[in-house]
Amino acid sequence: MSEPTVRAIERDELLVAETSEGDQELQRRENTSTSELSREIGAVLPSNDLHIDPMSIDVERRDDETMIINMGPSHPSTHGVLRLMLELDGEYVLRCKPVIGYLHTGMEKTAEELSYIQGATNVTRMDYLSPVINELNYSLAVEMLLGIEVPERAVWIRMMMSELNRMSSHLVWMATNGMDLGSTSMMIYGLRERELILAFFEKTAGLRLNLNYVRPGGVAADLPDGWKDDVAVICDTIDERTYEYDQLLTGQPIFRERMVGVAPITAEEALSLSVTGPVLRSTGVPWDLRRTMPYLAYDQVEFDVIVGTYGDNFDRYAIRLNEIRESIRIVRQCAERMPSGDYRSQDPKVTPPPRARIGESMEALIHHFKLFTEGFHVPVGEVYSAVESPRGEIGCYLVSDGSAKPYRLHVRGPSFVNLQAIPLLMRGGSVSDAITTVSTVDPVLGEVDR
Amino acid sequence: MVEAFRRAGFETCADLCAVDYLTHPGRTLPEGVRAERFEVVVNLLSLSLRQRVRVRVQVPESDPVVASLVDSYPGVDAMEREAFDMVGIIFEGHPDLTRILMPEDWEGHPLRKDYGVGNVPVQFKEAPGPR
Repeated sequence: MSEPTVRAIERDELLVAETSEGDQELQRRENTSTSELSREIGAVLPSNDLHIDPMSIDVERRDDETMIINMGPSHPSTHGVLRLMLELDGEYVLRCKPVIGYLHTGMEKTAEELSYIQGATNVTRMDYLSPVINELNYSLAVEMLLGIEVPERAVWIRMMMSELNRMSSHLVWMATNGMDLGSTSMMIYGLRERELILAFFEKTAGLRLNLNYVRPGGVAADLPDGWKDDVAVICDTIDERTYEYDQLLTGQPIFRERMVGVAPITAEEALSLSVTGPVLRSTGVPWDLRRTMPYLAYDQVEFDVIVGTYGDNFDRYAIRLNEIRESIRIVRQCAERMPSGDYRSQDPKVTPPPRARIGESMEALIHHFKLFTEGFHVPVGEVYSAVESPRGEIGCYLVSDGSAKPYRLHVRGPSFVNLQAIPLLMRGGSVSDAITTVSTVDPVLGEVDR
Repeated sequence: MVEAFRRAGFETCADLCAVDYLTHPGRTLPEGVRAERFEVVVNLLSLSLRQRVRVRVQVPESDPVVASLVDSYPGVDAMEREAFDMVGIIFEGHPDLTRILMPEDWEGHPLRKDYGVGNVPVQFKEAPGPR
């Protein structure tokens, strides 16, 4: 039935046909329009001084002297399935275009088929390194449409869990960034510390990743017995270890050589590219939604917004390291001031009844049945909520048509937007710096592709 | 209008997405705005004023074309490509309006309401031959 052999040339053509993404790929210069070219070399605003005329640079190089190569989609340093197409002149990057979509699973479409209760399990899988913050953002949007208040204890539990999650996400970043630069010991240390936090998540929510812990109306379960001791151990250990990272990386000459002054970005460029999070803060813009547009109870805790100066790779590293310390401060304050009370709203239309009540109360049984077969109805409306994830502003635009399922759920993924800064950051750098740069922008491909 | 917001201090475009209102029972719109099938939602953010503004643009089904914002906010590049890919809105003046998440040879726009879930057999590329 199948042909016995395929000649080598045909096989090459077949491979190209199977894997080509057509116009999504980086084209040769003669096939690229001027405006497209200017995006690929990272030019930003045509209306002000930041504009670079794409025709004025690199013109002396002919196409046959440069090379277009693929990095990814399966490349150990691209943090998932990011595919970068680079035009290289020897060792130096002239143009760059990220090609994404290899992890696209249609989660926004899936969300339209799931009820509001099930929705949390869906969004938690988008940015798989900060599941709590995804759920939190979704839950805040649903609660804004419902117009319900969550109890104070739930607010503080949410805040503590999202800070723990921020720590674990930054620790993974420290680990992978270390490995991209050849520091395999950092890889081990980062994941070792993260394990402490994941073990606590497992104790609290039952799962290590994709917790489905924050839900519309509150959180899924109260904190476990002895949580204060666990949290204290986590804070003390990681706080101490961050100083070990200082010794291992911050002051180390080889590490600094690779990071300091590499891939700088200015505040104007970052703002016009809609970049948020540590990449924006590294340029000196003190924009952190926890401080500037407080949600939960972030206006009641003390913490500092870390900013950089030069917007280079080292600033982005230093910001993340120090944000771990700030998160530890917030977690300690949460543990100290954790109020007592309910951990979820007592509105029976939103919150399922306790298991034990189902056996004794007809009403509880009905509520339970209604919630898990049909779900709760959300008033017609549209809302945008945004919180600060470890990667920047994660936004959730939710449209409701009054039924029990979202009409449209759009998630503004910070990694998706931050990826646009990569051509700008990479231009003129070497290939080895390109790998560091992808790492310090910290894209999570689950969120980029959704 | 968006350009006026930019001059008024909204430095960043936080988000841009498109919504298909085909099966929606009804939404509240200001007086004088005719509801169309598609809506492009632009979220602008002002760092100095600490404010957000949401601009909703009605886009007719027969001619789903709106002007691109890339010249004012270069950061909407990927978001407009996503809106084109998912809902099929055409942004006039965009430098490189290609699909971004779906494969290049995909037919249809998945986040439209008349795009059935599970109705389309998925075959991402031509079936590979023997190797």
